[in-house]
Amino acid sequence: MKILVTAKRVTDPDTRIVLKKDLSGVDWDAMEYKMNPFCEIAVEGALQIKEALDDDDIEVEIVAVAIGDEEATKEVRTAMAMGADRGILVECAEEDLDSDAVARMLVKIAEEEEPDLILLGKQAVDGDNNQVGQLVAEYLGWPQATFAYKIDMDGEAGATVLREVDGGVETIKLSFPAVITTDLRLNEPRYPSLPGIMKAKRKPLKTMEPDDLDVELDLKVETVGFMMPPSRKAGVMVESVDALIDKLKNEAKVL
Amino acid sequence: MSKIIVLAEQQLGKLSNATYNAIGAAKKLAGIVGGEFDIALVGGVIEGTIKDVAGYGAAKVYTATDATLERYTAQAYAQAYASVIKAAGAEFVVMAGTAIGKDVAPRVAARLEAGQASDIVDILDGPIYLRPMWAGNVYGKVKINTDIQVMTIRPTDFEAAQATGGESPVEAVEAGVDAGALRMEFVKLDIVESDRPPLTEASVIISGGRGLKSKEKFAEIIEPLADHFGAAIGATRAVVDAGWVPNDWQVGQTGKVVAPDLYFAIGISGAIQHLAGMKSSKVIVAINKDEEAPIFQVADYGIVGDLFEVVPELLSKLK
Ligand SMILES: Cc1cc2nc3c(=O)[nH]c(=O)nc-3n(C[C@H](O)[C@H](O)[C@H](O)COP(=O)(O)OP(=O)(O)OC[C@H]3O[C@@H](n4cnc5c(N)ncnc54)[C@H](O)[C@@H]3O)c2cc1C
Ligand SMILES: Nc1ncnc2c1ncn2[C@@H]1O[C@H](COP(=O)(O)O)[C@@H](O)[C@H]1O
Repeated sequence: MKILVTAKRVTDPDTRIVLKKDLSGVDWDAMEYKMNPFCEIAVEGALQIKEALDDDDIEVEIVAVAIGDEEATKEVRTAMAMGADRGILVECAEEDLDSDAVARMLVKIAEEEEPDLILLGKQAVDGDNNQVGQLVAEYLGWPQATFAYKIDMDGEAGATVLREVDGGVETIKLSFPAVITTDLRLNEPRYPSLPGIMKAKRKPLKTMEPDDLDVELDLKVETVGFMMPPSRKAGVMVESVDALIDKLKNEAKVL
Repeated sequence: MSKIIVLAEQQLGKLSNATYNAIGAAKKLAGIVGGEFDIALVGGVIEGTIKDVAGYGAAKVYTATDATLERYTAQAYAQAYASVIKAAGAEFVVMAGTAIGKDVAPRVAARLEAGQASDIVDILDGPIYLRPMWAGNVYGKVKINTDIQVMTIRPTDFEAAQATGGESPVEAVEAGVDAGALRMEFVKLDIVESDRPPLTEASVIISGGRGLKSKEKFAEIIEPLADHFGAAIGATRAVVDAGWVPNDWQVGQTGKVVAPDLYFAIGISGAIQHLAGMKSSKVIVAINKDEEAPIFQVADYGIVGDLFEVVPELLSKLK
């Protein structure tokens, strides 16, 4: 069985986003980067599937893919250090991408690699689009389970997936090949071990360009500018519960 | 004259309330691009649901039914919605960004070769869509370059449409679902039963964080206050991860986005990912023992103190 898993490089969610002074774009150089947290969960998910199927003597190959600038090599290496078997980097500038372009490239890679399962994050925490997995699934005509929080494998034939939905949990059954996107509670991603990091340096990493995949980068969705969201005016600190109740009653008028 | 279509969301004949926010967004869009809007209603049996959408001023309500649509699955619903959009000749497609909207809209967009703006909070002239990025730290202004433009809207940012009276004409069209190509199956839906209002619709929300210390204490402190207000209960990811409350109580970038009249943040530090989900609340009250906690920067009223003393005192004085 083969699993394709994504490892997007994103701005570190724990640091503040910095815009260029004229708000024309993000000041990429001023930011710190790491693997998209949902991708870490996807990589961990793939590793856990591999470990589970190993008990059934089913061999699983995990291929980690990132689409981004040369620096994104680091995220592919990290995925391999966690345990992915090999990596693919499609080199291109973040500004040239939208979710659809990413999806079309992943589709081309999937047609080449013929995985049984593509595991992605439910969203990239920079753009927060929440589209790529669904787009890939539709372009390939495959079933999907987004927002997965538990995956029960039916050997290599398919899976029963518990999904986080409004109001509770939905259970669906998929037959492979299929797309699954991860939610936060699917697992706790492991840290790459030192031997893992050493091994990753020798694992094969293929680098290509959008041209090699025959994908045109004409943006369907274009971000033409930015603005700061409305900020809340600074509130007040109250000294006592009585003062709070007074404010809520007489100032905010919500009681 | 532009043609706009709202993808209504229903399960087992029950329309989602967020559909009315999507209709509200469609009306706003119609004000910008001109033209009228239709509504697409797809499902297994939807006869009974038509009345829920027919009185909102749509030029037409399109329906499509099929046996494969009895329970929601992304594959079948994407096909049915796309069939209706084509039949209606729509250029703008609006759907609420609920769990189902997020799941199915990109598949619909892919079928139509359309670009999608996700989770928009406003529509400007152009149309330019405004959408939070980086956990709401920044709003991106987004333009869609395809013939058909698909958008999911953040329900809390668009007012629910009110009934206009009258009755839209109904037209049934082919769902066009290729049953043989479906490889996913609905098994079950476990809804957490609750007497409380849904988070996304509550006018008061009592949210608790890690400061509550344990599952038992969370219930002991938060529930009585929520009972007093008839409020929904929210939580941070830390609390959900710890297993103190169900997953779908999480408020934030990766949980629910809420905008109640009154939001209590109790023992919550105010991480940027949490703020992303509640910053638009009308009045925010924060109770935290750490005066440096970032939550105080967005709170209208803050009390520095031990929540185990402050909350019981507050409740007894409210009663
Ligand atoms: C990709 C990603 C997505 C995320 N998405 C979300 C999301 O959607 N929603 C979300 O909430 N988080 C999310 N997080 C997690 C977020 O970063 C924070 O870790 C989390 O919100 C912290 O929860 P907390 O405030 O309960 O806990 P803490 O940060 O530990 O804060 C606890 C607070 O309680 C106070 N306290 C302790 N004892 C008392 C007492 N006796 N009385 C009064 N106050 C007390 C402390 O002073 C402290 O401020 C996400 C993180 C990542 C990386
Ligand atoms: N440039 C990229 N490289 C690799 N994977 C990506 C890329 N962009 C998005 N993805 C994957 O698609 C998921 C959804 O992304 P998005 O639709 O952009 O929010 C992410 O969680 C990643 O798993």
